[in-house]
Amino acid sequence: MTTLKTDTPPPVVPPAPRRHAPSRPARRSEFKVLSGLAHVALAVWAIIVLGPILWTFLSAFKDTEEIFSSPWTLPGALRWENFGRAWESAHVGRYLLNSVLVVSLSTFGTMLLGSMAAYVLARYTFWGNRLVYYLFVSGLAFPVFLALVPLFFVVRDLGLLNSYTGLILVYIAYSLPFTIFFLSAFFKTLPNTVAEAAVIDGAGHMRLFFQVMLPMARSGLVSITIFNIIGQWAQYQLPVVLMSGARDKWVITQGIAEISVNAGFEADWAGLFAALTLAILPMILVYALLQRQIQAGLTSGAVK
Amino acid sequence: MRQGKYPFVIGFLAAPVALYCVFVVSPVVQAFQLSFTQWRGFAPPKWIGLDNYRRLVEDGNFWKAISHHAILLVALPLITIVISLFFSFLLNVGGRSRGGVTTGIWGSKFYRVVFFLPQVLAVAIIAVLFQTVYRPNESGLINGVLMKLGLDPVFFLVDKNIALWSIIGVLVWQAVGFYVVLFSAGMSSIPSDIYEAAALDGAGKFTLFFRVTLPLLWSTLQVAWVYLGIAAFDAFAVVNVLSIGNNGGPDGATTVLAIEIYRNMQESKLGYASAMGVALFFLSITFAALTLRVSRRETVEYS
Repeated sequence: MTTLKTDTPPPVVPPAPRRHAPSRPARRSEFKVLSGLAHVALAVWAIIVLGPILWTFLSAFKDTEEIFSSPWTLPGALRWENFGRAWESAHVGRYLLNSVLVVSLSTFGTMLLGSMAAYVLARYTFWGNRLVYYLFVSGLAFPVFLALVPLFFVVRDLGLLNSYTGLILVYIAYSLPFTIFFLSAFFKTLPNTVAEAAVIDGAGHMRLFFQVMLPMARSGLVSITIFNIIGQWAQYQLPVVLMSGARDKWVITQGIAEISVNAGFEADWAGLFAALTLAILPMILVYALLQRQIQAGLTSGAVK
Repeated sequence: MRQGKYPFVIGFLAAPVALYCVFVVSPVVQAFQLSFTQWRGFAPPKWIGLDNYRRLVEDGNFWKAISHHAILLVALPLITIVISLFFSFLLNVGGRSRGGVTTGIWGSKFYRVVFFLPQVLAVAIIAVLFQTVYRPNESGLINGVLMKLGLDPVFFLVDKNIALWSIIGVLVWQAVGFYVVLFSAGMSSIPSDIYEAAALDGAGKFTLFFRVTLPLLWSTLQVAWVYLGIAAFDAFAVVNVLSIGNNGGPDGATTVLAIEIYRNMQESKLGYASAMGVALFFLSITFAALTLRVSRRETVEYS
């Protein structure tokens, strides 16, 4: 509303009693109450999320007696030996290293093969392009459990049961549909002019891909790399089915599940808490450092 | 540049296509074939037509699993979406109005980071974590408190009536943060002048939410429902780790199709397990198609 400068004072209208809209102070205090309630609700959920995790960290320092008698108090002493036991005799160290090995290789392979296929499918016209594209994308509709029985025998017949190679190849194969689906959409959006300029400068197909297109697709590649790392790190049913015979090659998810079963028999609850802490802490540290990229990467599938 | 196109294309596609065909396409095709056979893994599969499917219809465990999927399919998306919508609305629109522009609530960044945290943890590890939380004696996180207060312990995973709900609780606990971030992204893409206009017209926070936010968020909600529905058809890791006996106990009270498939596989009933896999596939694909069809609405494009 603009005010016009006039000499005559504006006619004074007596304020009509407002019946619906509350007066300003009332509104403000109402807002304060609402915002206070909002903070309470948000804080409650934050506690629900963090509580069990912090409780696990604390319990990892306790002994069995403390765990039963005072589950909610601070540990009486910092018993680091619980972690030693989890790392060494429960093999958590081994399982973590295995996971790192498998996931780094399988994510690298997924990104390399996925971006190659996505690039060709997005930017080259050739006979059968759509056929191959839909073959990959249809993989999004198949639950892993549909193929589980034959997959076991395919891997067995290739002699890859209980081997890192087998698990890594299977991870890559099952990560391809989403990776290709996402990246080919991404490659399509890259500008043609840059590619044309590179070709005029004499770049071949290979150079164009590795030195021009991949760097331009960096943000998409980062998102989908994070998506694959988290997904493959969390994988449980594939290692359980394909690696059950080789305990020394187990990944962390399968290892922790086994430790949890054994803790029941051996009543080593402190060791279980320490093992859980060792499995959770690295992920939390990585998340603390990269939380923006991780949120973007994990939600990239849903936001388009 | 034109020359050498086909060798390049073939060179780039060969490895991914080969890998994909060997480990995904061929097992999927074989699964359909195996579902019509009886096979224990040694002698060649014996063709038995639709017998596996006939057995499936009479299998009590199969129907138990289906009924649990039905519960999961309604409860998991509903609970998760309601909680996530509530929190993302509080985070995004719950703040003070400054010059007509409502800002996010104080500390919204912190809450978002904390809420999202379970998402980076593996489901199997979360399940082990909740096994300790749910423990039925004084060493459990919840029962420890209840018993200190002189109350009776709750047998989260032992009591047949609440075991499935305890498992749904774990899934919701993990999922909420993801959808808070997803809905927040959707809400922040709603132009603020729409809110301003509505606020000028005298709309309160509740009207804003139900009349403005919710309808404009529809396509995001649809995506969320499909994602959560697909998650409801899996649930292997959490049930396998958490349930009594690790196979959907107590007495099948938490079993899901994935658990039944895995169990039959271990019992070497491979044809039957494959038939269950096929059933799982058709159920999940039907669900996705139905959701997208039923919930179709006009989408809004902001210019």
